[in-house]
Amino acid sequence: MIALSDYLMLGAILFSLSIAGIFLNRKNVIIILMCVELMLLAVNMNFIAFSRFLDDSAGQVFVFFILTVAAAEAAIGLAILIVLFRNRRTINVADLDALKG
Amino acid sequence: MQFEASNLIPVVPELFILSLACLVLVIDLFIDDEQRIFTYALTQVGLVFAIFITLSVGQTEAQIVFDGSYIRDGMSDVLKVSIYIVTIGAFLYSKEYLVEHGLFKGEYYVLGLFAVLGMMVMVSAQSFLTAYLGLELLSLSLYALVAFDRDSKTGSEAAMKYFVLGAIASGMLLYGISMIYGATGALNFTTVTTALMGTGMEDIVLVFGLVFVVIGLAFKLGAVPFHMWMPDVYHGAPTAVAQFLSSAPKIAAFALAMRLLVDGMLPLHSDWQQMLVILAILSMALGNVIAIAQTNIKRMLAYSTISHVGFIMMGILAGTSEGYSASMFYAIIYAVTSLGAFGIIILLSKKGFEAENLDDYKGLHERSPWFAAMMMLFMFSMAGVPPTVGFWAKLFVLDAVVSVELTWVALVGVFFSIIGAFYYIRIIKLMYFDKAENVLPVIGNLDTRIALSVNGVLMLALGLFPAALLTICVRAIGS
Repeated sequence: MIALSDYLMLGAILFSLSIAGIFLNRKNVIIILMCVELMLLAVNMNFIAFSRFLDDSAGQVFVFFILTVAAAEAAIGLAILIVLFRNRRTINVADLDALKG
Repeated sequence: MQFEASNLIPVVPELFILSLACLVLVIDLFIDDEQRIFTYALTQVGLVFAIFITLSVGQTEAQIVFDGSYIRDGMSDVLKVSIYIVTIGAFLYSKEYLVEHGLFKGEYYVLGLFAVLGMMVMVSAQSFLTAYLGLELLSLSLYALVAFDRDSKTGSEAAMKYFVLGAIASGMLLYGISMIYGATGALNFTTVTTALMGTGMEDIVLVFGLVFVVIGLAFKLGAVPFHMWMPDVYHGAPTAVAQFLSSAPKIAAFALAMRLLVDGMLPLHSDWQQMLVILAILSMALGNVIAIAQTNIKRMLAYSTISHVGFIMMGILAGTSEGYSASMFYAIIYAVTSLGAFGIIILLSKKGFEAENLDDYKGLHERSPWFAAMMMLFMFSMAGVPPTVGFWAKLFVLDAVVSVELTWVALVGVFFSIIGAFYYIRIIKLMYFDKAENVLPVIGNLDTRIALSVNGVLMLALGLFPAALLTICVRAIGS
């Protein structure tokens, strides 16, 4: 049987991948949005694993809420992305440098 | 658990604000642009009603409803009322700005009301789930508000940056929450606290969880080293939105920190105290020093916010009820002061012109002696100069920290406040001792001018009589 620690390792790896993706990526804002989603999924993996091994359903309920919020967040993120593209004609991360101080 | 109608009484203010937001959304569809003022009036009247509802629902003892996931206590009542008042002020100041910039739309008020609802849920959260949902409701509304000026290049860039960093923060917070859930097997704060009493810090999963929760909180509060988004967002967002962003959400962020760290994880106090000490000192140091180099007043106020967040954290880390109430006092005062300072920026901004450079404040005294005096009061209050109320706010926090024998932290705080006084007083110098570049008189609507005057005089009045508000804060924490 797969142990709890294996699930947690998988969650941690997914989480680190998403963080690395956000900070290393200099090309495209869409990739950042994908990484944000991956980050939330890594958290879901953790919650489900804990919920299963603790035999407690609260964790699974939390996952449903996270999925709902993630959908709303993706909608707002893409809406902002469209506004950004209309105004600047680019979604290259390196070009977003009008604000600096 | 059985459903009881009496469970709903403590959440009547939330239900009211939710219905108000939906009502404003629907009514706004049916009116023309010329009658948009009606949407605005409905929002303001609704918020005033919400104050009365919150006060009438309030009792002395705390009530926990919905299976231990929602609480109504003294702290939540006081913070909710201050959130309404600050929001009313923000909507009042921003109306003229929005009309002049073609942004006077019903969506602004709908998003604002949903942000208020999110803040109320954060303030009353008693489980990780409610805290997370409130935080997301607030954040999602704020992302949309920052991008509210659709044709502004800086606005959309600021919104994108805010969105990405905010999403990372939520991710970190959630990852921490999942770890704490794993270690304690519970989501609501009372059960988590009991479980933590038994385990202590041996559990590696718990250490992980705590660190991630504190990082997520620091992101949301804007504490160094997780502050990168704040100057850009303040600078890029429309001034009206920056004003809202810098005032009410700071009260909610304080409440979130209190709920998560104090209600949820008090047995780990000695552990999160050390983390908060580092965050508080870095925030005060970096915020105050970098603010000196700014030439844009909105960026300067953003760095000043960062340093004030350091002070708010300093009160929480003391871990005594004295510290909590001092911190609460500080958060409320900061929100009101920041509201006024941004109010002056909005008053001076006209169609096609943003008074966002420090040079725009040169000789303000010649243009309008009264509002120059008001701006002076706001700046003195932020710097902590007596007899303004900012002095008392700083004093109470420092006193609380000294009384738990962390005198060196208090000394660092004082040191950096003195450095910080430089850039506040520089504005006063520009206003009073420099020649004005344009000598146009300052004009504004009557309601804005009256509200700004009340706001400014309040700085002085509360400074002369701080006991009233402090007593309210102390009683709120005590209950």
